[in-house]
Amino acid sequence: MTSKRCMLFVQSLLVACLSLLIVVPATAQEESNKEVNVKEIVFDHIFDSYEWHVTEWGGHPVAVPLPVIVKGEKSGWHLFLSSKLHKGHEYQGFYIASEGDYKGKIVEKNDQNVAVRPLDISITKNTFSLLLASFVLVLIMLSVTQFYKKNTFKKAPGGFVGMVEVIILTIYEDVVIKCVGKDYKRYAPYLLTVFFFVLLNNLMGLIPFFPGGANVTGNIAITLVLSICTFIAINVFGTKEYWKEILWPEVPVWMKVPIPMMPVLELVGIFTKPFALTIRLMANIMAGHAAVLGLTSLVFVTVRMGPAINASMTIGSVLFCIFMSFIELLVAFIQAYVFTMLSAVFIGLSRVEPHHKENTIE
Amino acid sequence: MSLLQPEAGLLFWMVLSFGVVFFILAKYAFPVILKMVEERKAYIDNSLKLADETNAQLELLKAEGEKIITKAREEQVTILNDALSLKEQIINEARNEAKAEAAKQLDTVRKQIRKEQADAILEVRSQVAVLAVDIAEKVIRMQLNDKEKHMSMINRLMDEGDKKTMIQ
Repeated sequence: MTSKRCMLFVQSLLVACLSLLIVVPATAQEESNKEVNVKEIVFDHIFDSYEWHVTEWGGHPVAVPLPVIVKGEKSGWHLFLSSKLHKGHEYQGFYIASEGDYKGKIVEKNDQNVAVRPLDISITKNTFSLLLASFVLVLIMLSVTQFYKKNTFKKAPGGFVGMVEVIILTIYEDVVIKCVGKDYKRYAPYLLTVFFFVLLNNLMGLIPFFPGGANVTGNIAITLVLSICTFIAINVFGTKEYWKEILWPEVPVWMKVPIPMMPVLELVGIFTKPFALTIRLMANIMAGHAAVLGLTSLVFVTVRMGPAINASMTIGSVLFCIFMSFIELLVAFIQAYVFTMLSAVFIGLSRVEPHHKENTIE
Repeated sequence: MSLLQPEAGLLFWMVLSFGVVFFILAKYAFPVILKMVEERKAYIDNSLKLADETNAQLELLKAEGEKIITKAREEQVTILNDALSLKEQIINEARNEAKAEAAKQLDTVRKQIRKEQADAILEVRSQVAVLAVDIAEKVIRMQLNDKEKHMSMINRLMDEGDKKTMIQ
């Protein structure tokens, strides 16, 4: 055990030294240009972008262009690569706004020469990552299914299939069955899909290079859609008792008759549940990304403070980054688990059966 | 703040991709996997039960086999004992029979001897009688010249002869 720990320490030290070698010349070059703006780096990452910026190479950005799909107010649908809009270029009347409300978004000029947003369903960085994750998820699950179809009871699942099965059963038995209650079978596919969807997107967000690293589950649009789905699952299939408890809860009559205080509170509760889900997941993942980026930026920020501080901060930064990455690995699982569990609990609450008769007589 | 402002494009793609993923997984993947896992569970449970039953049966069979073996062994012992006693009995019988046979043979031999002895004595006697008669004849021939004496002599001899036969 101790030797393993020692090895890990030596490895991380090595990584730190290597990164020193690589980073110092790069930052030296940058130093002459401008001060490092950590906030910009972090927010650039957290927000979406039209191209997938991979790295800078010899002063030129290396980026993967992604398709832009926009519908102008008059000009109709347009489809072109984002590389056409690079560095503020205008293409077919569209350009990326460098300031104002729509900073960083594709805009076009309308008749009054005011920048307005077209209908924009471009395959952005997040969209691309999302589609990739969806594709991978479907691929994984269908291949796992294929295994079961092929080897009915003949072979015990091992390796990757075994791992996926363990995760599926963990969620199914510990979360779905326990939290949803009687009708667990009906909700199991949805909850499992949500879990794996969030988990895979979280994990892909942790890969620091090209096909990964997008802040997908840290984007409110993603978490919003997920929690709207849960909202539908909760309220559309809610039992009569669930709605009765909301609209006519068992409290003293004065709390609900002239001014429907309790019903209003309960109705607000319907919306706070998915809202909490939305914000929790987004904030957790976004914060993780921001923390890792902030720690990495430490290397560049401290360049101006002299080599001694910079070197020590670099080592510290790398160590912290490793630590954060482990934490994020944990968080990726925990957040997927929590989202699924809360969804399951809320669904379970909406499947309430009428209370015992004694209560109503009292 | 745009951090909390969902982007329309991303919303659209999210709804689309999540919808498709959910549709595919909920239709083709998870129900199949869960069903298979449940069936496998039932299968394993069944197999375990079957194995238990088979084991119990095997145990029973083993016990039965052992019983049969011990029984066979006991039987073997009794059969051996029986055989032993039978052997002794046969030997004894044979011995007795031989003894009896020998005795019988001895008896017949003895009887034969006795008979032959008697025959020999008889023959000797008859020879002796013939000799005696011959001698007596010669003696008498010399003495008996008258008829009277002759007759009385014959009568007396006849009587004696009668007596002798009567004794015999």
